[in-house]
Amino acid sequence: MRTQALIEDLASRLEPSSPKTPRLRMALLMAGGGAVSALVMLVRLGLRPDFLAASLTLMFWVKFAYTLSLGLLALWGAERLGRPGLSARRPFLAGATVLALVLLIGGTDLVLAPMSARRALVMGHSAMICPWLILGLAMPLFAAAILALRGFAPTRPALAGLAAGLAAGGLGAFVYAFSCNESAMPFIAFCYTLPVLLLGLIGSVVGRLCLRW
Amino acid sequence: MLEGLKGDARAYTALLAELAVRLRAYYARRLGDAQDDAEDLVQETLIAMHRRRDSYDPGQPLTAWVYAIARYRLIDHFRRRKVRAAVPLEDAGALFAADEVEPAMARRDVSRLLDRLPPKRAALIRATRIDGLTNAEAGKAVGLSEGAVKVNVHRGLKALSAETTPGPGASGLGAPAEDGANGDVAP
Repeated sequence: MRTQALIEDLASRLEPSSPKTPRLRMALLMAGGGAVSALVMLVRLGLRPDFLAASLTLMFWVKFAYTLSLGLLALWGAERLGRPGLSARRPFLAGATVLALVLLIGGTDLVLAPMSARRALVMGHSAMICPWLILGLAMPLFAAAILALRGFAPTRPALAGLAAGLAAGGLGAFVYAFSCNESAMPFIAFCYTLPVLLLGLIGSVVGRLCLRW
Repeated sequence: MLEGLKGDARAYTALLAELAVRLRAYYARRLGDAQDDAEDLVQETLIAMHRRRDSYDPGQPLTAWVYAIARYRLIDHFRRRKVRAAVPLEDAGALFAADEVEPAMARRDVSRLLDRLPPKRAALIRATRIDGLTNAEAGKAVGLSEGAVKVNVHRGLKALSAETTPGPGASGLGAPAEDGANGDVAP
């Protein structure tokens, strides 16, 4: 087909569309994924028994702040990576800063603690299941994030998938924090971060496969 | 593009036709011996842009968006054709070199950006940064001191960079508008 004919054909089938559409789709999908994840958490795990008492402690809020900021920053990055020509440097730098801060505080706590207490600080009583639960709770969010990115036009699919994975991981950990009653910083730095990064890795592989267009 | 997004078919046709010309030049430079594929790629890119037009963020330079898609289609094309090292090493620079079209598009973006500033300030930036006058010469023309011109230009550029900070490396062809504002288009 001649290019000019193609252009006229495309223009003749032009319907108004808005740059807000993919963003709105992403918001709706993530809200849906988050709702499924929250429901599973409530039904299968339940809120932490000491929810109200714990809400007076600092660590209660640190967990929420950490996971939510990671998740939202990564989601912001995913949205930008979905638009050709935009860079996600700022969200990634901000996310890396948050991560570094938590690792630093967690590491400091660990170093300052006596040798005999260190293991308990990192492992808590749920280190064997916590990362898996976070991964599981993040799955609906992960599916939503990948679907949402398919509504954009990611020109770097692996990177976009990474951002989607990190976003799902962060938000999944946020949901899990409602149920988890651990409160040691080294535990958070280890058991919350690990599944987020793992999901980022999975995301970059899935992105390479599913986000091409 | 914005008119096109609203559904103005005439503006959209004109835009696509203009972009087709740019894309043809873009691909012609990069395809080496495989010139026959250039037109296919132009059409593929136009279709891709059309299908994904809502991925354009109105706040970003259109050129950055267009060339990021063009580049993506080109890489995809190479991948499908399994083209590897089809360009002799000494010519490989051409693959990565900026061609003349992008600066031309960048100039369009620059002048659109300058339109957002107060006209006097925009004129001073144009005179000193694009036309290459000295601060003193530019000041004489409008009756300002050399220092006042300097301050005006500085504030204007600062306001612009505050509005457009896509960050370096936004794409391989990244942010042409910023390059322009930094004076790369000056002769």
